[in-house]
Amino acid sequence: MSQLTISPSPHIHSKDSTTSLMRDVVIALLPAVICSFIFYGWREILVMGVSVASCVLLEWVITKYLLKKPSTIADLSAVVTGVLLGLNLPYTTPWWVVFIGAVVAIGVAKMTFGGIGQNIWNPALVGRVFLLVSFPTYMTTWKQPQGLFGLDAVSGPTPLGAIQEGLLSGASVQDLTAAYNYRDLLFANLGGSAGEVCALALLAGFVYLCIRKVIKPWITLSIFATVALTALIFWGVNPARFTGPVFNLLTGGLILGACFMATDYVTSPMSLWGGVIFGVGIGFLTMMIRYFGSYPEGVSFAILIMNSVVPLLNRWFHQKKFGRK
Amino acid sequence: MSKNTFSIGGVHPHDSKISRGCAIEQLPLAPTVYLQLSQHIGAPAKPIVAVGDKVKVGQPIAEPGGFVSAFIHSSVSGTVKSIAPRPDLAGIPQMCIEIAVEGDEWAPGIDLSDTLVTAIPEDNKAIVEKIRLAGVVGLGGATFPTHVKLSPPPGSKCEMIIINGCECEPYLTSDFRVLMEKGEQVVVGAAILSQVMGGVPCTIAIEVNKPEAIAHMEEVIGKLGYKGISVMPMKMRYPQGSEKQLIDAVMHRQVGSGALPISVGAVVQNVGTALAVYDAVQKNKPLVDNTLSVTGECFPRQANLLVRVGTPIKYIIDYLGGVPEDAVKVISGGPMMGKAIANLEASTLKGTSAILFLTAKQTLRAPESGCIRCGKCADACPMGLEPFLLQRLARANDMEALEQNAAQDCIECGCCLYSCPAHIPLLDIIRQAKGAVLGAIRARAAAAKAAAEAK
Repeated sequence: MSQLTISPSPHIHSKDSTTSLMRDVVIALLPAVICSFIFYGWREILVMGVSVASCVLLEWVITKYLLKKPSTIADLSAVVTGVLLGLNLPYTTPWWVVFIGAVVAIGVAKMTFGGIGQNIWNPALVGRVFLLVSFPTYMTTWKQPQGLFGLDAVSGPTPLGAIQEGLLSGASVQDLTAAYNYRDLLFANLGGSAGEVCALALLAGFVYLCIRKVIKPWITLSIFATVALTALIFWGVNPARFTGPVFNLLTGGLILGACFMATDYVTSPMSLWGGVIFGVGIGFLTMMIRYFGSYPEGVSFAILIMNSVVPLLNRWFHQKKFGRK
Repeated sequence: MSKNTFSIGGVHPHDSKISRGCAIEQLPLAPTVYLQLSQHIGAPAKPIVAVGDKVKVGQPIAEPGGFVSAFIHSSVSGTVKSIAPRPDLAGIPQMCIEIAVEGDEWAPGIDLSDTLVTAIPEDNKAIVEKIRLAGVVGLGGATFPTHVKLSPPPGSKCEMIIINGCECEPYLTSDFRVLMEKGEQVVVGAAILSQVMGGVPCTIAIEVNKPEAIAHMEEVIGKLGYKGISVMPMKMRYPQGSEKQLIDAVMHRQVGSGALPISVGAVVQNVGTALAVYDAVQKNKPLVDNTLSVTGECFPRQANLLVRVGTPIKYIIDYLGGVPEDAVKVISGGPMMGKAIANLEASTLKGTSAILFLTAKQTLRAPESGCIRCGKCADACPMGLEPFLLQRLARANDMEALEQNAAQDCIECGCCLYSCPAHIPLLDIIRQAKGAVLGAIRARAAAAKAAAEAK
């Protein structure tokens, strides 16, 4: 000891850091990433690689040369955005389209607002939605994949897409959903972007995050509950026109969105009740878009719309204060 | 496993009670002690001795400077050398009485035997007066004069005495050792407190990381046979030992903002205070010494020491082998709420509970990064505040919003800063804002009072 250090209390800190939390999110996403590699093969690896690499590179370039601030890539948040964007794209997406998605996600949705913690909308979702409206052909075309280990996995349109098309041509929901069984839905084997296809792997990651106390389950559970309830009501009234609760829970990007996108710290409410209302809003809007919208899938839009309401929810809902009414 | 705990927030730092096995040892007398005149909440005491006077151990040397104030007694026998300002732990000059130690002669009337005196005097007024004359203050950290706490304002009624044995701060083990080695005295002290407050029930709250203390105290209570005293095992959680949180945990009542515990019928006293009450009432012994832990992973000679009040910190550390090489911070108290010591020449106070050594790896703060709005600070805040919001309002200097969002309720426990993954100095910022808000509230109250008097 040569010199005493003086600082105010507390003098110790928990082991949590932004980096450790983001590392946990990456770990939680790994099962889904590995599944997608197995199902879709080297092209999915390419999509994921380009997505993660460009997100990290773009954040580094922007902080260093445009903002002239210390780089923030060590906090791993750009990696999380990259993995989420990768999981949100079909494995057939050309590398340059993935790169444009990364530019929009990191460059526009994250860094223009001031970087980590400042953005209003989930960066990966902004990137995905931008690509969806700008390059619809790439984003909705599904080809026969060549999985790793010769695993013959997926073909055809997504279940939600197939049903919307089928309904337009006059078929009933019962006939259309007969093609899917729930085991397939749980274990993937269906058309969709990488992260839409393996429900179990995603749910395992979600449970990991809850156990590690990285996130709390309320937002996710209220999304699932609202989706199930809304679907139950509509399906109960007209099963020929509307798909049912289990089908809606297991298809599309719902699980990925509810577990990993809606729970993004920066773009979700801080308080318990704010989070529940946020989740109910996402669940309800998702079902409205699925049932009545022109897109077959609505999770991304629903989350982005509810992201916009978060500042209001944070203003309206507060913690219960000690000893105050 | 006990489920008794407070209802909002809290954190679970590792308890690091590495000095728990060290029995209390008596520290040899220092050559000189320095007794600070302000070592309690309230007005500083006024000296009643002059330079050159000979004093004995336990002789009063300063009297209360107001109602909320306390006597100070000489902790040694010797000669008063000076009454002058001297830098305290933080390096700020404070009036001190310097006494050069000569022998160890105690003032007459003080019972120094080990005999346990269990018969409690009947006159409650006389008991409170004895506690006042003995200079007893709260030893749980706040050093609030005990006789004031035992004189509740008219109209309020005490329903329960809580003896705080949580010791929820990591590292600290002095209360634990007192419970293990002086449990009988603590229970008699608790019985005295309960009698003074009108025979109310008394709960001794101990966290479950001290199972030996829980078992020992239950045994002692059974042996001594006082009515209405019980032990409540508490779940391990910081800041359980905070007064408001402990009342919530034990009685399920929440003390309102700015209110005193007595408003919900509670009086909380620390284990060390109960022991000091026993000494004062049963043994005529004023508060001249207290138990403190000297600890830290980097400190080889762990100890729980019985130290005379006013002993220089450096003397204690040198006795145990000096400051370790790799310690970068020396803390008076625990790692969550203790104060970093800037001046090792400063002396201990009545309320000093520990000297803790931390290494760079344990204590140096990581650089601050951007808030990721994770809400961990709000989850951790035991007062239900939103530190992320308060720090933003403080940086914007929005006093009105700070008051609306209850910055003044902050108890400075440090849970927010402890749990922030972005290492934002939340408490540093909120502490300053709280001071400003409290100042504004007081100024408003004073103005309102003045206006009312003018009418």
